Order: sequence, then structure tokens, then C-alpha cells
Amino acid sequence: MNKLTKLELSHIPKLPRHAKLRFDEARKKWIINAPERVFELDEIAAEVMQLVNGNISINSIVDSLHNKFKEASREQISKDVIIMLQSLADKGFIVSE
Amino acid sequence: MSEISQDKSFSTPEKRSKTLIPYAMLCELTHRCPLACPYCSNPVQLELKSNEISTDLWKKALSDAVKIGILQAHFSGGEPTARKDLEELVSHASKIGLYTNLITSGVLINEDRLKKLYDAGLDHVQVSIQDTDPENSEKIAGFKGHQKKITTCGLIRKVGLPLTINSVMHRQNLHNLKDMINLAVQLDAERLEVAQVQYYGWALKNQTAFLPTRKQLDDATIIVEEARKKYKGILAIDYVVPDYYAKKPKSCMGGWGRQFLNITPAGKVLPCHAAESLDFLNFENLKEKSLAWIWEHSESFNRFRGTDWMPEPCRSCDRREIDWGGCRCQAFALTGNADAADPTCEFSPYRKVLDEPLSKAGNKTPEFVYRKF
Repeated sequence: MNKLTKLELSHIPKLPRHAKLRFDEARKKWIINAPERVFELDEIAAEVMQLVNGNISINSIVDSLHNKFKEASREQISKDVIIMLQSLADKGFIVSE
Repeated sequence: MSEISQDKSFSTPEKRSKTLIPYAMLCELTHRCPLACPYCSNPVQLELKSNEISTDLWKKALSDAVKIGILQAHFSGGEPTARKDLEELVSHASKIGLYTNLITSGVLINEDRLKKLYDAGLDHVQVSIQDTDPENSEKIAGFKGHQKKITTCGLIRKVGLPLTINSVMHRQNLHNLKDMINLAVQLDAERLEVAQVQYYGWALKNQTAFLPTRKQLDDATIIVEEARKKYKGILAIDYVVPDYYAKKPKSCMGGWGRQFLNITPAGKVLPCHAAESLDFLNFENLKEKSLAWIWEHSESFNRFRGTDWMPEPCRSCDRREIDWGGCRCQAFALTGNADAADPTCEFSPYRKVLDEPLSKAGNKTPEFVYRKF
């Protein structure tokens, strides 16, 4: 398991054991549970995080999202995904194999 | 994406208890503890082992917590590993979807038990370290266990659990803050909480022994800012300037009865771990009432919930839904009036009650008044 100080498109991101993604019935939202923190995900973040599984690269995640949301440019999606995942990686909540 | 933690306010606009959904519960499994920390956050009056609630009642409380939307269960104490059913409770909590955190001194646990907790689904461990200097660490804890804590931290990482170091920093150990940050990195911790002494309950007896000087805090802030840059992505550091030296009060517990609840070893349900210091309030017990009812309807949870209870200067303040009036326990402990603005607020008419202790912050350090179970 590696900590990621700078994410690249080829990285295969995953959540570390201490960060857990799940749908919360009470709030009707996807959330990430982490030590002393809860991240409530907006719709876009929830779409991204459901693809973060330690099996596919950020490049593939972007492809997948681009297929689903054709109205946004691939370039824009790629930029947004990197920014979002980097903010979690900076706090240690995204790692790579 | 929004992020919440105890020191941040929660942005949901609902004001009525009906629509509030709590995030976390602190399960104080026992008040028994081998340490004797002079800033202990447990109430001045401790519960005896004979008053502790059963495994089954704890399990029911955890199940009920999930139903009202609680996401995280923190197993604390006292020393929670003093309870033999800890593994069983962690396993139950984990199975029903709660995020589980063990808050421990680390002195009563071995590798075998850590493995069992890992297998039970424990998500995270927080270990307290009183100082980096072993002698001073043991003086503060009132217990010879510094090396054992370091060993436990290593075992926690060895079995694969994530680690937070919690260090209460104050006048008598702030000079070692840099070492504490380095120790946390060496121990491969993900997080370091640089915590402040909260001066109510037992800690108030030791206020002068702990209050740091302004200079110490200014130095600490610089050290933390530099370390945050240096260890970005390696070690997260939680640090807030203690409220005695701030102009605005903290958003204590994210607001009374808004995000958090605490269950005592005897089964009482509190809006915060120090709430029993408000001795005029009656706190309901799980033996008599359900968790959901207590959260929504009890007098104690509604007493300071929202903003309707506030007198001036809080009532018309534009920060009233940011800090929710600050800390009620502190207001009561320092002014005798639980409705008063938190005296740490610059607009509080009681702000002067902090001047006297602060004026002594540079004086000779008094001896600790230890607490013993």
C-alpha cells in the first residue's frame, strides 16, 4: 500500500482499510467513514468513488464517467476526478496498491 | 463534498430535533483505568464496575444507534480494554455497519487481543501518549507505561490497523511538540491529534499546572504549520488553538444535541461526555428509555439544542449557528450560569473570568492533583 502525494492517470486508486464507502439510508447519501470524520459525497463524488475499487486506473475511471456523462468533456472530467481524489489522497484516504 | 468533524460546524439548516441526525456516539464502556491523568475528561464522580451496563444492553444501544443514523461508534472509557466483552461489542457494531474506533491508553492490550479486534472488524485505533520524554510522560499519566504504549503502537500497525496518536499538549509538554510529531511519523501513525486540556471536571483542579503561555502556543502553531507541509499525505495533524486564547468559542460537539451523543458506563445518555457537570439536568438511562426517544424528546438533549435557549449576546449574534453558543459545561463551570455566553467569547460579559488564570500562566508550576479510580 502506497501513500500518494501526487496522483497520476495511471495510478490505481483505492480506499485504505480505515476509510469506508457506503450508502447511508438515514441521509440518503453516499458517505465515506474515516477516523473522526465523515465525508458526505455529492452526486459527482459518489459516482467517482463507486468506481474506486483498487482494480482500475484513474484513466479507466475517467473513461467510464465520460461514457456515462457525455455532455462533459473528457478533459474536464479528468481534471475534476484528479482534483477530487487528490484532496482525499492528501488526507490519506486514497492510496494505491 | 463536505467534511465534518467535532471542531467544524455542520451545515444542515434544520433546527428542530426531529430532523437532526447524529453522526457519532462515544461508548464509555467503563470508568476503570490504570492511568491517573490530572486532566481526565471523565466526570468527577466515577461509576463503579458494579454499575456498568451489560453486554446485551450495549449491543441494543449500538443497534438502536444505527437506526437513528449514527455512523461511527467510539469505544472509550476509562480504559475500554478493561471490559472483557470489547471484542464482542466491536464485532456487533461492525456487523451492523458502524465505523468502529478504539480509544485506548494502550497499556492493557497485547498482540493476540489486537488480532482478535482486527478480526472482529475494528476500523481504527487511537492511542494516547502523554509526552515523548518517558519520565515526563509517566509523571503526567501517573503510571509507568510509556514504553508499553510505544510497543502497543507498533503492534497496532503490525496487525494492520490504522493509528492515531492523541497527545494532550499543555504547559508541561509543549516544548516537545516537534518530537511528538516525529514520534507519530516514526510510529507510522496516519493522524496526530494535538489536543487541548478542557478545563472542567477534574482538569479544572489542575488548571494552573496546564495552561500554556501565549508564547508556547505561538511557537506550537508555527511548528504545526511547518509539519503539515512537510508531512502532507503522510501524517495529518489536528490542532486548534485552545479557546482560552481565542476570541471566538469553539463549536462544542458541533452544537448541543446536533451531531453526537455519549453513553456512560452506567447507561446514561449525554449530549457530551462532560454534560453531567451540569448537575441541574436529569439524564435519561437506556435501562428506562430508548436511544431514539432520548435523542429526540429528552429534556436534557433539548435544553440547549438550536438557538431558542440563547440569551444575549448569543441570540442576535451572526455566529449563533456557527458555534451554537460554545461550550455549556465551560460556561457553567466558570460563571455558574449554564445559559451564559461561553466566557471564551470576546463578547461575553464574563470574559474576565479567564484573565485571572491566564495571568498565572507564566508563574511557578504547581503540583498535579492526580485522579485515581
